[in-house]
Amino acid sequence: MRRLGKIWTFIVYLFLYAPMIVLFVGSFNNGKDLSEFEGFTLANYADLFRDSHSLGLLLNSVILGLASAALATLLGTVAALGIHSLRGRIRSLVMTLTNIPLVNPEIVTGISLSLLFVFIGRYMLGTENILGFGTLLIAHVTFNLPYVILSVMPKLRQTDPSLMDAAQDLGCTPLKGFFKVLLPQLLPGIISGAIMAFTMSLDDFVISYFTYSSKFVTLPVEIYTYTRKQIPPMFYSMFTLMFFLILFVMIGMNIVQARDEDRRKKHIKA
Amino acid sequence: MSKELIRLVDCRMDFDGETVLDSINIYFNDSEFLTLLGPSGCGKTTTLRIIGGFLQPTSGDVLFDGVRINDVPPHKRRVNTVFQKYALFPHLNVFENIAFGLRIAKVPEAEIRERVAEMIGIVSLKGFEKRKPGQLSGGQQQRVAIARALVNRPKVLLLDEPLGALDLRLRKDMQNELKRIQQQLGITFIYVTHDQEEALAMSDTVVVMDRGRIQQIGTPEDIYNEPKNAFVADFIGESNILDGVMRADYVVEFFGRKFRCLDRGFAKDEPVDVVIRPEDVDIVPPDSGHLCGTVTSVTFKGVHYDTIVDFRGFKWLIQTTDLHQPGEYIGIKLTPNDIHVMKKSVYSGMFGDYSSYSAEYDEINDPDAVIGGEESPEEALNEE
Amino acid sequence: MKSRFLAGPYIAWMAIFTVVPLGMVVYFAFTDNSGAFTFANLTYAWEYWPVLLRSVWYAVAACLICLVVGYPVAYVIAQSTASVQRVLYLLVTLPMCMSFLLRTLAWVALLRDTGLINSFLGLFGIGPAPLIRNSGSVIMGMVYNYLPYMIMPLYTVIAKLDPRLIEAAQDLGCGSFQTFRRVVLPLSVPGIVSGITMVFVPAVSTFYISQKLGGTEDIMIGDIIERQFKGNLNQNLGAAMSLILMVLVFISIGLMNRFTDDEEVATI
Repeated sequence: MRRLGKIWTFIVYLFLYAPMIVLFVGSFNNGKDLSEFEGFTLANYADLFRDSHSLGLLLNSVILGLASAALATLLGTVAALGIHSLRGRIRSLVMTLTNIPLVNPEIVTGISLSLLFVFIGRYMLGTENILGFGTLLIAHVTFNLPYVILSVMPKLRQTDPSLMDAAQDLGCTPLKGFFKVLLPQLLPGIISGAIMAFTMSLDDFVISYFTYSSKFVTLPVEIYTYTRKQIPPMFYSMFTLMFFLILFVMIGMNIVQARDEDRRKKHIKA
Repeated sequence: MSKELIRLVDCRMDFDGETVLDSINIYFNDSEFLTLLGPSGCGKTTTLRIIGGFLQPTSGDVLFDGVRINDVPPHKRRVNTVFQKYALFPHLNVFENIAFGLRIAKVPEAEIRERVAEMIGIVSLKGFEKRKPGQLSGGQQQRVAIARALVNRPKVLLLDEPLGALDLRLRKDMQNELKRIQQQLGITFIYVTHDQEEALAMSDTVVVMDRGRIQQIGTPEDIYNEPKNAFVADFIGESNILDGVMRADYVVEFFGRKFRCLDRGFAKDEPVDVVIRPEDVDIVPPDSGHLCGTVTSVTFKGVHYDTIVDFRGFKWLIQTTDLHQPGEYIGIKLTPNDIHVMKKSVYSGMFGDYSSYSAEYDEINDPDAVIGGEESPEEALNEE
Repeated sequence: MKSRFLAGPYIAWMAIFTVVPLGMVVYFAFTDNSGAFTFANLTYAWEYWPVLLRSVWYAVAACLICLVVGYPVAYVIAQSTASVQRVLYLLVTLPMCMSFLLRTLAWVALLRDTGLINSFLGLFGIGPAPLIRNSGSVIMGMVYNYLPYMIMPLYTVIAKLDPRLIEAAQDLGCGSFQTFRRVVLPLSVPGIVSGITMVFVPAVSTFYISQKLGGTEDIMIGDIIERQFKGNLNQNLGAAMSLILMVLVFISIGLMNRFTDDEEVATI
């Protein structure tokens, strides 16, 4: 039984990783087609680093990711502090509001925002070209906010409420107490919220697709426009590089986390 | 003893329309160890938080050295607190936790080192400076919390059930240690607890609170020996509380008999509560007893036996070192010293089996009456 | 006390950028392109009911397959030693961070008639098997993309299970299957519910997977909506269909949550 489960798990992981392996192999392929291997080459990687257009798209995505993650983290952390002190009806109303972007289909979120932007552009700003970096940023902050809030709130709940009293008792103003005492307790939640926001933003296609314009194109949107054309193989190289980058970041985070947990366990024993 | 430091004048506190503190008046002297004692919800922690500055009273004044400080925020008060679950900063080690207040006050680094080292010595935590709070035992965390507050040299230290999370052994050790530190530094300690033993053992002054009101203020001996009402008598130690009538100065009647006591100043025939501490009662052979009853159960408590004696329906707790088996018919003897008379209060008739009226009272009253009483027990109860 | 005002900017943001836009969807759904009130969009949208039905059916199938495929995996991960757990969990979450467009494209390369699998089968003289452009390939694409969303909550719930409960069940005479059916499975219901929700919503509204892996018969509601907006066809119709999709999703989530609530009541 146990063995069967392990074999099954292995098969499922193979299923999850098969397409990615195809993309890795494709990144070294001398041909354009993923299904035919025509010899090993590094040319795709060379192309990628020479191609300022593709690198520009990547840069766009990273800028949008960083900007939206930063804004969402700031706004979301402040909001979490506020929500934490709300009670009863208003609190559950705000939490419902927070859940809307999480449970709403992305396509609906995307078109609803595009309708709003076009409406604002047409009737309030008198322009038909409102879509661009600004609208993308607003859209990304909107779908990132709930992730930040949901990762900061548990940390707030875990924090002993008398810590802030203690800080003030020892001479801190409320603001100073927040930075010296509360913020360090929330930091792990804030950081993981920010990382989540960044990756969600970097990888978002559906919502961006409805709120972008040719003025500012992100990587996933560009890849989608290749639907009918053959994708240049250098995107496979980019995929491969990003895969290993993310893998190493995640492993690094895991090691830090594991060490932290081990230390905590040892303390409990001691 | 010494000069007054803090005074609460008519302090009232309402939360959501519920009165938590009901016009409290109290003062705290310099260098005294004062304990606010009471069951949960009695308002003791609220009182402490008002002094600490975390709450502002709905009405009334908080005076510090004669100056009104109602609106002074906690960080500007010369008062420090040891919190209920310590509230140590998890991200700082022992040294930095203790140094926190000094760093905020921008004390020079050299002085910080010196003062923290001194404090670490006082609370015996040498060698633990680099540990994080999570790596300490409950008792050690407790010491850090005390050191963190005291290093700021506050005029007053507030302690909110600081020993509640510790086990019994450790709690006893820490009680002695706290008392030692308080005497060594000569700082006012305002201590909140629901543990009467702790309060009696450590305090110069005990303030018994219930339902947002102060029930009694006094030395531990006063509180124990001369409880002001049934609540205090029941909360501090164990007691048998019964209905009585003050027939004259120094004469109280209960169970249809008149007893000599040490109390005076009541109106003639005023209904009163009578307290008899279980350890004060002497068991004697039935023929020489003031009252006679049957032992119904005995529990061995180590130092003594908890013996429950049934006096025709009224069950008394008597603590003796001699074993009397259930079923045994015994007599008891009461000296004037053993009988404490209290004025009737809202608490009369609330505690135990002891004071409540029952039909059996009449049975006792009639056949055994040595001195007949015209006053019926119902009237005594109606006084409530 | 004042800290509750900190939620203000956030509430304002969410009101403007989630509530108002949804209001716009409703507004567009009930107006024609001159702005006059009409039910025409909704009645017209209703003609697409076979598409809607297909979307729901594909999404439900994907959910059930994800559950059946993912549950044993979540269980195996949760039963592993701490370090193995970490590695396996990381490997489940990693694909979610990678471009799903490219990963789906890779499936095309694997499945199509001249693709890798059929080439391999060709070596044995089999095929080419019809692996792509049918409902099966669309559902498989959904399972592939959303399986991690199923495994994650399942793993979280199973890992938190108190091992003493399993010991208690065994102590009371349950065999391993009985233990699973009577203790482990009922306790993982919250994970199952949130897994199903997390798979169903993106699956029912997808448009890329059906475009790349489906045939002409496999159009889904997402495709129709996308076409109305990006093909500049009829935005009002698109809004009406979005509204229908949204209502459908909220109803199914409501039903699922009711399921967990009942479960909680039952255990109390």
